[in-house]
Amino acid sequence: MSLARRIIPCLDTDGGRVVKGVHFEGLRDAGDPVGLAARYNAEGADELVVLDIAAARDNRPTFLETIRRVAEQLAIPLTAGGGIRSVEQARAVVRAGADKITVNTAAVERPELLRKLSAEFGAQAVVLAIDAKREADSWQVRIRGGRQATSLNAREWARRGVELGAGEILLTSVDRDGTQLGFDCELTAAISKAVSVPVIASGGAKVPAHFLEVFTSGAADAALAASIFHDQAQSIRALKEFLRGSGVEVRLPC
Amino acid sequence: MNVTLIDYGAGNVPSVERALRRLGAQVETTNVKEKIAEARCLVLPGVGHCAALIAALDAHSLRQPLIEAVGRGAAFLGICLGLQALYESSEEAPTLPGLGLLRGRVTRLPENVKLPHMGWNTLKTIRATRLLDSVPADAYFYFAHSFAAPAAGVESAAVSEHGREFIAVLEKENICAVQFHPEKSGAAGAQVLRNFLRAAA
Repeated sequence: MSLARRIIPCLDTDGGRVVKGVHFEGLRDAGDPVGLAARYNAEGADELVVLDIAAARDNRPTFLETIRRVAEQLAIPLTAGGGIRSVEQARAVVRAGADKITVNTAAVERPELLRKLSAEFGAQAVVLAIDAKREADSWQVRIRGGRQATSLNAREWARRGVELGAGEILLTSVDRDGTQLGFDCELTAAISKAVSVPVIASGGAKVPAHFLEVFTSGAADAALAASIFHDQAQSIRALKEFLRGSGVEVRLPC
Repeated sequence: MNVTLIDYGAGNVPSVERALRRLGAQVETTNVKEKIAEARCLVLPGVGHCAALIAALDAHSLRQPLIEAVGRGAAFLGICLGLQALYESSEEAPTLPGLGLLRGRVTRLPENVKLPHMGWNTLKTIRATRLLDSVPADAYFYFAHSFAAPAAGVESAAVSEHGREFIAVLEKENICAVQFHPEKSGAAGAQVLRNFLRAAA
């Protein structure tokens, strides 16, 4: 018995549609969230993440409806977020069918939000998303979809976030996101070793070897990707068979 | 099958309800004590902090009706915190008494592993249980918890391991419970729920 490494597809949504972009910009339509969710559930995805990347534009009812329709399709956990700024907003997302909520910018601006969310929903339901960009020999936290720099060091912020009540870290390399050059394993390992909670690596995945690398040298507990799954460039099942063949424990659905 | 799903405000109530409905159960979601007192088949879901569950049960005066319903033989399924609440106490909420339907204390998993224990893990069967009928021995289930019941109790039917072994599936007469989330555990989880509904019928 041991815990399997997780493969997590991510749906970035805007107005009820899945979109994708490079370096957080240049969005294009990638399909219907409900259809994709059903496909990933059947293909053996271990969880699903749905993000509202249009949160700033205040289209909450559409996002909640997307969560409801996606949750309907799933027999695996669902994490939702993007623009969550309060316990009330988080509650609406949970009531719509999310098992976990992810927060990013709002937690940087008001770290106390993590404590409140953790008290309300439990640490296992609070995912702190960190967008990190390399600056010399460390990593800096960025907010607002990677566009705005902060003075926070990613490793220190991750530790602080866990102290405040985050039960998991969703770590995106701003440098690698959208490049398909592979995960930033150095960043992932640095954060994973600094905290006591699971770390989900994100940004840069293209081929199965990238996942193997982030689970071994990157010490990731889970790995997230979007476009390679949406485009069917990579099937989840084939990816997991490769990982198992390489000695990484993964769940292969029956 | 009519199922009374105890809704004390836990985050996973909607997904448990959805999973039971998919299997054809008629689900009544309630926090009304009279409904729980007269239920024939009870499901107590739960996720989050143990104190929230115990406090909510007491705030709605559900503790006694629940204990009495189980005492007169109602089929019971506890999920995650719904398993932990069956014990006498939990290290997570030391001052609050558990339901005390099972002996022992729920404790935190060791610090030498990442917590919460979050993700898909396998089971080791201790003895035959109806809950695992037709479930492949190597099936994975989804866990999300930091506290767990001791593996050694007589009620233990299957254990899992994260830092130490702990109870993953228990069955004692009409009391069934699982530490994982069957409603989030794909086809294997659906089979566990189906088995419970069949045993309860």
